[in-house]
Amino acid sequence: MIEVEHLTKRYGTVTAVDDVTFRVNKGEILGFLGPNGAGKTTTMRVLTGYMPATDGRAAVAGYDVFDHPIEAKLRTGYLPETPPLYPDMTVREYLNFVAKIKGVAPKDRAARVDQVMTRTWVADMANRACGKLSKGYRQRVGLAQALIHNPEVLILDEPTAGLDPKQINETRRLIKALAGDHTIILSTHILTEVEQTCQRVVIINKGKVVAEDTPENLTRRLRGSATMFVQVDGDRAAEAQAALARVDGVVRVTSADASGTAFEVESESGRDVRRELASAVIGGGWGLVELRPMRLSLEDVFLSLTTEERQEETVNA
Amino acid sequence: MRNALAIAHKELRAYFASPIAYIVIGFFALLFGWFYIGILDWFVRQGMQMGQFGMQGPQNLNINQQMIRPLLLNMTVVFLFLLPLVTMRTYAEEKRSGTIELLLTSPLTDMQIVIGKFLGAMALYSAMLAVTLVHFGLLFVYGNPDWKPLAAAYLGLFLFGGCFISVGLFISSLTKNQIVAGAATFGVFLLLWVVDWIGQSLGPTGESLTKYLSMTEHLDDFVKGVIDTKHLVYYVSFITFGLFLTMRSVDAERWRG
Repeated sequence: MIEVEHLTKRYGTVTAVDDVTFRVNKGEILGFLGPNGAGKTTTMRVLTGYMPATDGRAAVAGYDVFDHPIEAKLRTGYLPETPPLYPDMTVREYLNFVAKIKGVAPKDRAARVDQVMTRTWVADMANRACGKLSKGYRQRVGLAQALIHNPEVLILDEPTAGLDPKQINETRRLIKALAGDHTIILSTHILTEVEQTCQRVVIINKGKVVAEDTPENLTRRLRGSATMFVQVDGDRAAEAQAALARVDGVVRVTSADASGTAFEVESESGRDVRRELASAVIGGGWGLVELRPMRLSLEDVFLSLTTEERQEETVNA
Repeated sequence: MRNALAIAHKELRAYFASPIAYIVIGFFALLFGWFYIGILDWFVRQGMQMGQFGMQGPQNLNINQQMIRPLLLNMTVVFLFLLPLVTMRTYAEEKRSGTIELLLTSPLTDMQIVIGKFLGAMALYSAMLAVTLVHFGLLFVYGNPDWKPLAAAYLGLFLFGGCFISVGLFISSLTKNQIVAGAATFGVFLLLWVVDWIGQSLGPTGESLTKYLSMTEHLDDFVKGVIDTKHLVYYVSFITFGLFLTMRSVDAERWRG
């Protein structure tokens, strides 16, 4: 649905996006993750036809954004970083205007405007001037604007920025509900957002794609080995640690808390040692209080990937 | 065209939703009224004087030449001051507030956006011109001016305003700052106004060139009631060129980012 191939964008001598390639399948939600200034917004601006790429190509719904901009734009809804609202217009007037320029047929316009207003919970502000709305409402009117022509592709630049926790949850639920009918790219630097809403993640840093995978795989991939959290009951904790370390396939056992009864057990990559660990604990006469795989949050993945990048660069320099 | 009209409608609404339209039209009406009374007074006294000296009566003074023509030429000075206020926000404000992103990512061509903005500003300008219909209407009620030269004069004024607006759009598309756009537009308008003042010192070629460039020079024939293709071509090509530059400037902005 969305194809980006070897996309490069330079502003003068600064390379904002450097040879980025990825694709998004129909109905999928792709998370576009990266620190500020990583090139997320630039990539999105190229995809929406706001600016041309220096090199490479991008296509939306089968239409090249440079060769067939009108066709591509008819199928794209875009929420920029700052919602593009006209302060003097009321919400209804504004959405009606957007519907007009996005090519919604005159007879469907009023119904369509009402529909998106309900969907994004802005109907109660329909006759309020856009300039007088709170940040949360602005953001949602921005989202309504992106949805107005029922586009196949939605490109959302930090859709939850500036919302309160309740609205964030609602917006995420809305975005999830939109997937399937729509193909979505959303950019964010909030990691839980990606974990909660996206099926796939592209991590971008300094204009380059540093990782692309599902949130789960990314987490797994980062640790070459799997880690278990084991907590035992009783004294002789040091002996328990030694017993765990003797289990076949275990690489390292470290103490996980101050009491000395909880351990992080690292095993060889791809080996499931849960049964062995359990029998070792019980066989040794300790009580097994807890045994669970430890999952690294995307935040760690993100930090580690972007940090690695930095280290490489220091070496190169 | 439908898209261009949607933009034009939006522009016009923005003028009237903010105080811009009311300020511009209001002050224009006030100033025009002032000029009108002044020239009318002069015209009437002129007529009475002629009557006293036993020359032709006031009816025989040509109201089109003696009153409407100087009035309309004076009025263009008011446009010189007011039109930058109309055009300065067109692009600059969209760029500053980020709404340009909406326009440029919508299925519109650059041409539709530029034409739409041009038509919006022209509609406001027409509203300003419409104010003067009241004053001229009174002349028709109490006198007998000829309507044909007046129609030609309106056509000339319309095109004259179009030139200013197309330049104003272009300048507004170059900056994010409305004040910069307004000041630069005013400067350029004024230059186009006085460009022929130094003509005589430039020799015959320079003189005819500066005369040709001068915006008011071309207006004079229209106001006299003469529609000359030479002037039509000048105005229409001027407007087209201004709009073309605006389109290029918006496109260049995309490449620069």
